[in-house]
Amino acid sequence: MSNEAEDVLRIRTPIGVDYAWSAGRRSSAYLNGLLEGRLIGKRCPSCTRVYFPPRNGNCPMCGVLLVDDDVEVGPNGTVTTFCVVNVPFLGQKITPPYVAATILLDGADIGMQHLLQEVDAADVRMGMRVEPVWAPREDWGPTMENITHFRPSGEPDVDFTDYAGQL
Amino acid sequence: MTDETADGPGYAIAEDGSFTAPLTLAYPYARTVGPTYGTFLTGLAAGKVHATVSADGTVFVPPAEFHASTGEALTQWVEVASEGEVVSWSWESAPGNAQPFDRPFAWVLVCLDGAGTSMLHALDVTDPSEVRTGMRVRVRWAADAEPGIGAITCFEPVTTGGAS
Amino acid sequence: MRDVAVVASAHSAVSATTDTPIELLIPVINEALANAGLERREVDFWCHGSCDYLVGQPFSFVSAVDALGAWPPIVESHVEMDGAWALYEAWIKIQTGEADTALVFGNGKSSVADMFRVMALQLDPYVEAPLGTDQIALAGLQARMALDAGVITERDMAEVAARSRRDALANPVALVSGEVSVDDLLAADKVRDPLRAHDIPAMGDGVTAVVIAAGDRARSLASRPAWIRAIDHRIDAQRIGGRDLIGVPSAVAAAERCGVGGDRIDVAEIHAPFTHEELLVGRALGIDAATTRINPSGGALVSNVLMAAGLARIARAAETVLDGTADRVIGHATQGPCLQQNLVCVMEGA
Repeated sequence: MSNEAEDVLRIRTPIGVDYAWSAGRRSSAYLNGLLEGRLIGKRCPSCTRVYFPPRNGNCPMCGVLLVDDDVEVGPNGTVTTFCVVNVPFLGQKITPPYVAATILLDGADIGMQHLLQEVDAADVRMGMRVEPVWAPREDWGPTMENITHFRPSGEPDVDFTDYAGQL
Repeated sequence: MTDETADGPGYAIAEDGSFTAPLTLAYPYARTVGPTYGTFLTGLAAGKVHATVSADGTVFVPPAEFHASTGEALTQWVEVASEGEVVSWSWESAPGNAQPFDRPFAWVLVCLDGAGTSMLHALDVTDPSEVRTGMRVRVRWAADAEPGIGAITCFEPVTTGGAS
Repeated sequence: MRDVAVVASAHSAVSATTDTPIELLIPVINEALANAGLERREVDFWCHGSCDYLVGQPFSFVSAVDALGAWPPIVESHVEMDGAWALYEAWIKIQTGEADTALVFGNGKSSVADMFRVMALQLDPYVEAPLGTDQIALAGLQARMALDAGVITERDMAEVAARSRRDALANPVALVSGEVSVDDLLAADKVRDPLRAHDIPAMGDGVTAVVIAAGDRARSLASRPAWIRAIDHRIDAQRIGGRDLIGVPSAVAAAERCGVGGDRIDVAEIHAPFTHEELLVGRALGIDAATTRINPSGGALVSNVLMAAGLARIARAAETVLDGTADRVIGHATQGPCLQQNLVCVMEGA
């Protein structure tokens, strides 16, 4: 066809939708707990596992709703697995290398992912005991970002068999 | 519901205690348009409307890449008029983001002269009484639009005397 | 072909809820299973219809599995479609012999965004979607074409709304219901010319879940299963300016494939969020309103739970067989802009 204008090869078609997100009332104890610096999970009425966070207010193993059985967990926990991040990527907030760890909080039955700092990546290991480091209280919101990171607590390591069921 | 999202903590708490928060999901897509849309959109940028034509003589505007009934790849082109007829219309009473107008207007399906299909766009009218099926309309070209369907600002009524 | 039947169903719908999609799913799935007398572990196949764009959460169907108790692992699949298409997949799965029972569900949370805008993201992404139109505008374009052609009238549309609202009085999950005169409806202003408020659906948050089963398994779960005698879906071209918006050819084709015209139809549940759609689909399917009861549930017009409302039509039609009030029924579902895709499911009591 004609070449009187520059050929169009590409167009921008941005799309965006504004949503009103709700966490659901079964997550309220967890979110209110964070505002107070407490870690609140929920116990499944069927299998008795303790979920932290109680995501979507249900036990995915049993497919049942979590009711009012709130359980305070942590604050310390155990590293069950971890990943050393050496690669920079778009949107990265922390300068590599750093350690992303799955931490099983004391009293919880599922691990949650958080940042591990104040330790050399080479020294991190499964079974390592860790404690949370909280942001200044005036910065707290209903978010796990209230905990800036975890660091070694100095407690003795936990034996693998003690958390093998929660991996 | 406490709505403190505007200048508050970024969340609100509903009557039943649920935490709620606004969430915007946006994708800054850039699409390669391929030869068919490329020809069409290149034409629009030059103030022309190009259409694909099938073996049975159907003229597709916007151009179809394939004939929906036969699967025929459409590679024959013809230029059609930038003026045509309203095939159907519906009223936009609550215009919003990213629409052609920020005040009420009509959505139209327009069959351009020479075309066998109709295309969706906006018609520059401000009251439903100004639009009717079968009315004559023409393309209003955008000055300095970025490549895309936005090269057509909208359709506008063809008035007797032809003033634009 | 194996004989497969709908044996139980359950529904929820509210105008808005703070519950998460997962929290909404669990009670309805439990209710459908209880209605069938089936344990979770007895479900051979789970199939889900939903749409990420409605939730604003990419890959949301992955977390929906949380509602099913997927441990030990289950057999599950998902379609980015209304749950009616999940039912089609489950029916195929049972035909393969790999499953005897299936739980099919569709869910949507319409209250979290302007869903009429979101639905218009289905348009051609190059030359149509960038215009920023919405589903109501598109419905208006289609309705006006049919009105201009003399195929339907504004009074026909108002009669659909009045009948749907009246029937909705008996539907506990209808979001709008009541006795209203056609003249009163027609006296109202057009909110989106040619559409009046009564032509536009009441949007809902909710779920529909359906249990289907094969042969003797179905007979053991329901005293009068709704046997699926034919099921088919057809699709038209996407672009709305290049297809027959009045004749709805894909609905005609699906109905022909299902042999809809072969015998009387007692009940037709037509998936028509907008009033004119019920009229156009009714024509395309060859439904005679004089002998067929159309949308006795009130239809999607009174309770439009996106991604569930189509499956709900099949369920509602089946329920009239299950409760013995009908013998041969149709459930219809649609997807895509302006009735682009149409599914027809014919069910019989014997």
